Amino acid sequence: MSIKKDYLRPIDFKTGRIDMNHGAGGRAAAQLIEELFARAFENPALREGNDGAVLPAPPPGHRLVMATDAHVISPLFFPGGDIGALSVHGTVNDVAMMGAQPLYLAASFILEEGYPLADLKRLVDSMAAAAREAGVAIVTGDTKVVEQGKGDGVFISTTGVGWLPPGRRIAGDQAQPGDVVLVSGTIGEHGVAVLSLRESLEFETAITSDTAALNGLTAAMLAAVPEGSVRVLRDPTRGGLATTLNEITRQSGVGITLDEAAIPVLPQVEAACELLGLDPLYVANEGKLVAVCAPDVADTLLATMREHPNGHAAARIGVVTEDPHRFVQMTTRFGGRRVVDWLSGEQLPRIC
Amino acid sequence: MKYIDEFRDGEIAKALATKIRAEAQPDRRYHFMEFCGGHTHALSRYGVPALLPDNVQMVHGPGCPVCVLPIGRIDQAIGLALDHGAIVCTYGDTMRVPASGSLSMQRAKARGADIRMVYSPADALKIARANPTREVVFFAIGFETTTPPTALVIRQAAKENLPNFSVLCCHVLTPSAITHILESPEVKQWGTVPLDGFVGPAHVSILIGSAPYEGFARDYRQPVVIAGFEPLDVMQAILMLIRQVNEGRHEVENEFTRAVNREGNLAAQKLVAEVFELRESFEWRGLGEVAHSALRIRPAFAQWDAEQRFDLAYRPVPDHKQCDCGAILRGVKRPTDCKLFATVCTPENPMGSCMVSSEGACAAHYSYGRWKDIAIVPA
Repeated sequence: MSIKKDYLRPIDFKTGRIDMNHGAGGRAAAQLIEELFARAFENPALREGNDGAVLPAPPPGHRLVMATDAHVISPLFFPGGDIGALSVHGTVNDVAMMGAQPLYLAASFILEEGYPLADLKRLVDSMAAAAREAGVAIVTGDTKVVEQGKGDGVFISTTGVGWLPPGRRIAGDQAQPGDVVLVSGTIGEHGVAVLSLRESLEFETAITSDTAALNGLTAAMLAAVPEGSVRVLRDPTRGGLATTLNEITRQSGVGITLDEAAIPVLPQVEAACELLGLDPLYVANEGKLVAVCAPDVADTLLATMREHPNGHAAARIGVVTEDPHRFVQMTTRFGGRRVVDWLSGEQLPRIC
Repeated sequence: MKYIDEFRDGEIAKALATKIRAEAQPDRRYHFMEFCGGHTHALSRYGVPALLPDNVQMVHGPGCPVCVLPIGRIDQAIGLALDHGAIVCTYGDTMRVPASGSLSMQRAKARGADIRMVYSPADALKIARANPTREVVFFAIGFETTTPPTALVIRQAAKENLPNFSVLCCHVLTPSAITHILESPEVKQWGTVPLDGFVGPAHVSILIGSAPYEGFARDYRQPVVIAGFEPLDVMQAILMLIRQVNEGRHEVENEFTRAVNREGNLAAQKLVAEVFELRESFEWRGLGEVAHSALRIRPAFAQWDAEQRFDLAYRPVPDHKQCDCGAILRGVKRPTDCKLFATVCTPENPMGSCMVSSEGACAAHYSYGRWKDIAIVPA
């Protein structure tokens, strides 16, 4: 005889909706956690059902790296991804950009009353698949429900923990004059894919978001060259490539000169940006990285990146210069020269 | 991209730059004003000034519709949303323009104003149909280029007899502004405008044609070359202007023949004339009141004119006292001559009109060109 569970009716994942009970900490909340989150994320720490996760200490000499990211995006599903996968990739990448191996994630969900459970299940399944693919476990989490009109469907906040091997220091202040700047592939896809679904801007495009976990790529890169020769790793998300490079020049007290012709951009992205009056240099990415490395390892690193599926279109796009003004400059495809400045506010379509 | 890349070819640019250097006479200086923000943007983004010899200088004009929008007009739009509870629809790049009381449309939105960014006036019409219990106002700005779509939606609203839609019309006109630059009393105060010719607007000229500039070229003895917005278009126009100056000519020439003819788009002109009429005067940010330089909605469409509908009165609001935008827009001063430039006035916190949109003279120089002000160790 099978033992009946302590609730009677299973969650209706076909037509059900989130209600305030799902966030009240009672039976409905426990049922949602058990039937949805724990089942999808399945791992020993979660199975224990405690308030926190007990994790093994890193090997001797290793250090812990922690990063956190809140994910708010509209629409929640977009060509090439959804907020679930994005919330894993974003935090995994933040840990990986420190040169660390990401291992564990904590996830907080803020759900809006009325949100369809079927869509939530799709997001959670996508998140679980992304975590498995990245080799990380979602070991603890939290769920809150806000009243209708007080959220945007689903907000997901994730915190990641990883291990950093002894002696490794990869950081924004490590770029040195003479270093080479690499990018792992074509830029701007995520931003354009999301923009293509914006209300009153919908345009048909085959462009899909590049959202991806980059820890596999960073591990391959770091294994290919001597310790210390990769100075900076960073994923150019909001604000795009231009903002990331400006962050690096500010932190390292150097300049960067880019070669516009070398920066890979898909023709469809270029066309969409042209139409909207946007500059691809400032458009968001979710599956690309920028690497600053010593000049003598640049070729090896580039070859390693190109062998990896997430780096097959990698390119050498510029050099680090000595510049007390910390400008990012660019030799344009046109043969001119200009500053690639910080973005002022949000990039908005121009009127004409 | 076909039809785009051809006009951004670096090799052709080099050849054009060589011709410009060869034909620009070393003993004279050439100052050309590009009226349009689109040209300012192309020059800056592609680094064209770096390809020109030192004695050929580009002066950024007032042709950015966002920059020349006076504070008082943005105040009106914000007031419609905050005080009248209207849904105000606007183009994206007007959202950040500073208004009175440290507000902008973006900041007003954060205070509860229902302000929505649209990509065309037709979207505003859709919002009006979808919200029959709310007043919906389209904040219409721009030069001749953006005027016909506004005329279309007003005509459509009239056809449907849509009761909750109206337009706050702030459309301005190019030729009168160009004339004003050379004529205004302020110019006399600052001295002669050091201008030797104009790069004429691209999209605007598609609508109005090249003819409206002919009287201007003749009366003010100023060469005009109408040019497209691609960087090679602008360089070709500069070469054509240098040739006119060297030969002592002052004619209207058309570099943008693939899109512009002498008469322009007659159907669009007819549509605009049906819906709009000339205002006697209109305030431009940085230029002040400019006679016959803007449009208002004809009385026949008064029901869809937000100014009539909400009985709006215009209240001018002065810019910062030390702001030199007026002189910069007229080509008398450069952005770096202004005390406020890059100190209190930055793209994040613009004080004057030239810093407001990325197409403004000061914003373009701040974002793309300020490396030239400072010696930099070359790569």
